[in-house]
Amino acid sequence: MKFEYTISNLNFSTAGEASSNIKKVLKLLGIDSKIIRRAAIATYEAEINIAIHSHGGKIILYIEEDSIKITAIDKGPGIENIELAMKEGYSTATHEIREMGFGAGMGLPNIKKCSNEFSITSEFGKYTKLEITIFI
Amino acid sequence: MKINQLLENKNFKLLNDVPYLDEEITYIRSCDLLSLVMAKGEKGDAWITVQTHSNIVAVASLLEMSCIILPESIKPEETTLIKATENDIPIISTPFDVYKTMKEFSF
Repeated sequence: MKFEYTISNLNFSTAGEASSNIKKVLKLLGIDSKIIRRAAIATYEAEINIAIHSHGGKIILYIEEDSIKITAIDKGPGIENIELAMKEGYSTATHEIREMGFGAGMGLPNIKKCSNEFSITSEFGKYTKLEITIFI
Repeated sequence: MKINQLLENKNFKLLNDVPYLDEEITYIRSCDLLSLVMAKGEKGDAWITVQTHSNIVAVASLLEMSCIILPESIKPEETTLIKATENDIPIISTPFDVYKTMKEFSF
């Protein structure tokens, strides 16, 4: 099964809808609630990252027999230093975004903690792609 | 304590129209960093926050929290109330600060 969601830049009123939909789909499939929680948290953080840091992007959910795969890909501007971006507490978010409670530098570490397999690739100036796998 | 029991206290006012108020509040959590709430929040939590934008509803809904409490009579944005009603998340306002709000609970 494949589901695709478009995420807009800086639209915080809709950010969270993809994760909410994914949660509903997984619930309907009778997936364990702890697995659903991890998938929902990882997707939410990925959505917020796309909304805060990118020019927009999409989230694709693949549900397979033994795993949930979530791919988050945006249209750039990409991450210059991935190692730094993965560090808890490091953030490039603006003051305004931080005042809203986002941009604490916990998004990517949170996603990694929720994943069984996690990869991040980025080309500076072009895109960032997250691939998250959660075993069912 | 259930949500409707909390609302018997006149210092706690429900701001939106939600059908179920008999859910048990299992813990009280105060935090304004959304990622931290996402990482630590649990089903049944009452969440105290000074954030008023509609994304707090996304967080509360994903974590299946029992309600959001806005302290110090802070008013939510209109879109937050609409989204909260759509998602059956009670938004409760109190003139109390965080400490006084938390003192209403014991677990």
